[in-house]
Amino acid sequence: MTSRMVGEAVKRVEDPRLLVGAGRFLDDLGQDAAELAVLRSPHAHARITDIDVTAALEVQGLLAIYTYEDLTGPLADPLPLLIPHPAISAGRTQYALAKDEVNYVGEAIAVVVAENRYLAEDAVERIVVSYRPLTPVVGVQAARAADHLVHEDAPGNVAAHFVQEVGDAAAAIAAAPFRLELELAIERSASTPLEGRGVLAQWDSDSQRLRMWTSTQTSTGVRAAVAAKLGLDLGRVEVITPDVGGGFGVKIVHPWPEEVLVPMAARALGRAVKFTEDRREHFISAAHERGQLQQIEVGFDATGRILGLSVRFWHDNGAYLPYGLIVPIITSTQLLGPYKPGAYRVEFDSLYTNTVIVTPYRGAGRPQGVYAMERTLDAIASELGLDRSEVRATNFIQPSEMPYDHGLIFQDGRPLVYDSGDFPATLAKLKALVGWDDWPAYQAAARAQGRQVGLGLACYVEGTGVGPYEGGHVQIETSGRVKVATGLTSQGQGHQTAFAQIVADELGVSMDDIEVVTGDTRRFPYAVGTFASRAAVTSGSAIALAARMARRKVLKVAADALEANPEDLEIVEGMVRVKGAPGVAMSLGTVAVLSNPLRYAFDEASKAATQFVVGDSDLPPVNEDDEPGLEGRDYYSPLRSTFANGMHAVIVETDPETAEIKILRYCVVHDCGTLINPLIVEGQVHGGVAQGVGGALYERIVYDDAGQLQNASFMDFLMPYVSEVPESIEIDHLETPSPLNPLGIKGAGEAGVIPSAAVFASAISDAEGFAITAMPISPSDLFELRRRHAGTDGHNESIAKKEPTR
Amino acid sequence: MTGSWHELTLIVNGVPLRATVPARRLLSDCLRHDLGLTGTHVGCEHGVCGACTVLIDGVPMRSCLLLAVSVDGQAITTVEGLAGPDGELSAVQQAFQDCHGLQCGFCTPGFLTTITAGLIGCPDPTADDARDMIGGNLCRCTGYQNIVAAVLRAAELTRAAAGEDADAAVDSGQAP
Repeated sequence: MTSRMVGEAVKRVEDPRLLVGAGRFLDDLGQDAAELAVLRSPHAHARITDIDVTAALEVQGLLAIYTYEDLTGPLADPLPLLIPHPAISAGRTQYALAKDEVNYVGEAIAVVVAENRYLAEDAVERIVVSYRPLTPVVGVQAARAADHLVHEDAPGNVAAHFVQEVGDAAAAIAAAPFRLELELAIERSASTPLEGRGVLAQWDSDSQRLRMWTSTQTSTGVRAAVAAKLGLDLGRVEVITPDVGGGFGVKIVHPWPEEVLVPMAARALGRAVKFTEDRREHFISAAHERGQLQQIEVGFDATGRILGLSVRFWHDNGAYLPYGLIVPIITSTQLLGPYKPGAYRVEFDSLYTNTVIVTPYRGAGRPQGVYAMERTLDAIASELGLDRSEVRATNFIQPSEMPYDHGLIFQDGRPLVYDSGDFPATLAKLKALVGWDDWPAYQAAARAQGRQVGLGLACYVEGTGVGPYEGGHVQIETSGRVKVATGLTSQGQGHQTAFAQIVADELGVSMDDIEVVTGDTRRFPYAVGTFASRAAVTSGSAIALAARMARRKVLKVAADALEANPEDLEIVEGMVRVKGAPGVAMSLGTVAVLSNPLRYAFDEASKAATQFVVGDSDLPPVNEDDEPGLEGRDYYSPLRSTFANGMHAVIVETDPETAEIKILRYCVVHDCGTLINPLIVEGQVHGGVAQGVGGALYERIVYDDAGQLQNASFMDFLMPYVSEVPESIEIDHLETPSPLNPLGIKGAGEAGVIPSAAVFASAISDAEGFAITAMPISPSDLFELRRRHAGTDGHNESIAKKEPTR
Repeated sequence: MTGSWHELTLIVNGVPLRATVPARRLLSDCLRHDLGLTGTHVGCEHGVCGACTVLIDGVPMRSCLLLAVSVDGQAITTVEGLAGPDGELSAVQQAFQDCHGLQCGFCTPGFLTTITAGLIGCPDPTADDARDMIGGNLCRCTGYQNIVAAVLRAAELTRAAAGEDADAAVDSGQAP
C-alpha cells in the first residue's frame, strides 16, 4: 500500500526553488517594465490647495504623472468598502489618489511612471503640492474626545457603534457577590512581511486583455476590483499571484490604490508598469492593527464563575474603513474564548484617526479580545485568592456541551457556534507541559535567591476556516501526472506541499507526480482568499472533494477497460488494479487516455482512445451524464467557521535593576484538528509565537501628536531577531477533528500569535506583583511602573481599577 | 540628474559580468535588475533585515548599502552561486529544507549566504554560535528556531561530506 501522507512531516516541495534563488517574487518579474513611484502626503490631515508638476516634467525617462484630476469613471470614485455592515454609520474610504483632502501621512496624492524607480522618485521629488494643514486626530483618546474630526461628516469620529448582548449582563453583574472593573490598553502594531506590497500589469492591446501580478492574499478579489475600477469585463482581467514574501493579513486589502493605478497606467501607456513598495512606504501606507482601549465590568461568584461580563471598547480604525468592522467584531466575539459567562454584553465604537488604516493583522482582533478576557480571569483569581488555572477551568465550556452556541453573531454573519474542542484536556496538557503544580515552589525558591520570575497562562478559541467557500480542481493528465489548482493564494504556508499530501492520499499517487497551483485566476477563477486560518480547511477540503470526484471517474473508466467492478479496484502508486489481483492493472495515464475519446492519435498512448479502437457503437462516445477527460472540480462551503483552540504558558524573568524581560520557557498546547503536516503546523506556531513576542515586548507603532510616524523603519520598529525569541518552544498537540469538513481540519495559521499579549501580561504581573494593564511593555515601561508602584505593597495587589498607563 | 555612468565588471558566482550603471545604483539593484540575478532580495533598503546579504570576496555584506561602483572587480557570491555545479543543494540549503528553516522564502537568501560564510569561520557551531551567526538577519515567518536547527544541521552535513571525501580519498589511495 502507498503510505498515508496526511499526518506526515513531509519536507516542503516549495523549498528547492526558493533555496537556489529561483523563487519568483513580484519585483523579480517584469524586468523591462516601467516603474511607478508615489507622492505621499507629509501631513496627517490637510486640504490640498494646489499640485504643480511643472518641475517634474523635465526629468529624463519620465513617462507619465497622474493626479486625481486624471482619474475617470469608477476610478474617480472612492475605493470600495469591502465588507458593509448595518452598524456602520459613516463608512469612508480613500480615493485612489487624494481628491481634496489627505487624512494620514502616507496617503497617495500623485503617481509617476518612469523608465525605472530611481527616475520615478526623481520626478516625485519635483512635484510641488500646496497644503492647508488641518488639526490631526491621533490616538483613541483624541478620537473619543472628538475636539476635532477626521471626516467632517463622521460625527464624534465614529465610523460604527455596535452592541451585542446575551442575557442581561448589567443585572447579572449587579446581583453577583463579587464585582471588578478593569481598564486596559493595547497599542498598534503591524504585519510587516519581509516583502512589501507590489504589483505589475501588462495590457495586451491586440486582445484587449489585462494581465497582472500582485503580491496579494486574494487574487480573485483584486481581479474583481480592478475589473470594476477599470470598466473591464471580468473575462478580460487575469490576476496571478507570484511567490509572496509574507502577508500576515496586510495583503488582504484590495484593491490598494497602486493595484488600480498600475493597470490604469499600463493600459494608458501601452507597456508593462510595476510598483514595488519600499519599507518606509509599507509603514506609512499599508495597514496597521491592534490599537484598542477597553473597559470591563465583571460579576462573579466565590468560585470565580463569571455571572455577568460587560465589555466596552474603542477600536482605532485609522483614517478609512475599507475592511469594515471585521477586526472589532472578531475582538467582541472571540473574547469569550473557551468560556461561558452567564450573561455577556459587548459594545464598541470603531473610531477614525488621522493614521494609517487598520485592517486584519494575523490574529485579527483576537489578540485584543483574549487579552481582555484573560486579564479579567487573572483579576478574578487575584481577587479571590484562587489558582488562575482553576478559575479558567470553572468557566470552561465542557466537551459534552459541543456544539456550543454563544447566541452571538460572528464575523461571517453566522451564529457563533463552536463545533468541537476539549478545553479541560487542553488545559491539563498545558499544566503538565509547563509544570504548573510545581510553580509556587519554583517561584518561591527563585525569590529567595533575589530573582523575579513569573508564570503566565492564556487560553483562546479561534474561529478558522471561515466561508463563503473555496474550490479545487484536480486533473489527471495522460502522462499520469496530477495537476491541482485552487484559487486562494500562498504566502509561505506550504500549501503546495499540504494540498499535494491530501491529493496523494485521495488518488493513490506519489507526491512527486502532483503539482499544485494557487492564486492564479487563469487556473481557478472562483476563490475568496487566504486569511482567517482558512486555507487548509476550505481549499484543503475542496481539493479533497475534487480528488474524490476524479477518483470516481478513474475507477469507472478503468472498470470498463479492465472488465471489473469499480468497487473491486484500488489505486496504488499511480496504478489502478484489481484488489487481490495486482497483475490486472493499468496506469492512471492510460485511464486518462481512455477517458477522452479521440479521433486523432498524437502518440502511441493516445491510439488506445481512437474511434476504431474503443467505444460501444450503440452509445455516444461521451455519455450524456459524462464529460471527456479525467478531472474533478468541487467546492467546499462551510456552514459555519470551525473553531481551533489552544493554551499558552510562558515563564519570564524580570531583571530587578534594568527591568529587562527574559523568556525562560514558552509552552504551547494547540488543537487544530487533524494535522496535515506537523512540520508545517509547528512552523506556523513558531512564527506566530515570535510575532507575538514582538507584539508583546518590542513592536509598537509610534505616532506623535502631529500624526507623524516616528518609527517607520526596521531600525526603530523592533521586530525580533533571533536574540529576542525563545530558544525553544515546547509544543504539544491535541487533535479534536472538526465535524464540519471531510478531513476534520481546523486552521493553524494565526494561532501562535493570538494569546501573546495576554500571556506575557499574565507572566509579568506574576513576576512583579502588580497588574499589567497596557501592552506592549518595554523595559522602560516596566521600570516606570515599578517606580509608580514603589512605596505601596505591590504584591498580590489586584489587577482591577488601575488606570491604563497609556 | 542621474550623474555619471560607469562601466564595471563584477565577478558574480565565478563569472565576470559587465554592467553600465549610474553612480547611484545600489549593488542590490545592479544584481537584480542590471544582471537579472533576482535571488538576492531587498527587504528594507536600510541595512537592517539582511535579506540582501551577499558575499563580497567571501565576506557577508548588505548589497542594499553598497553602491555597485564601489565593488567593481570584486568577487560576489549570491544565493544563485551556492548550489553545486550540477544543481545539487549545498549543505546549508539542504539543511534549510530538512529543518523547515524557511516559509515564504523571502529572507532566506540572506540567511543562506550569511550562514555559508559563517560556517567557514565556525565549522562546529554550538546553538549559541548558531544564534550569533544569524543574529543580524530578520525573518518574519519562522520564529528562527528552525533556522538555528538548520545551522547545526548544515554543519553536520558538511562534516559528513568531508568525512565521505576523506574516505573516498583513502579508497582511491590519495592523501586525505
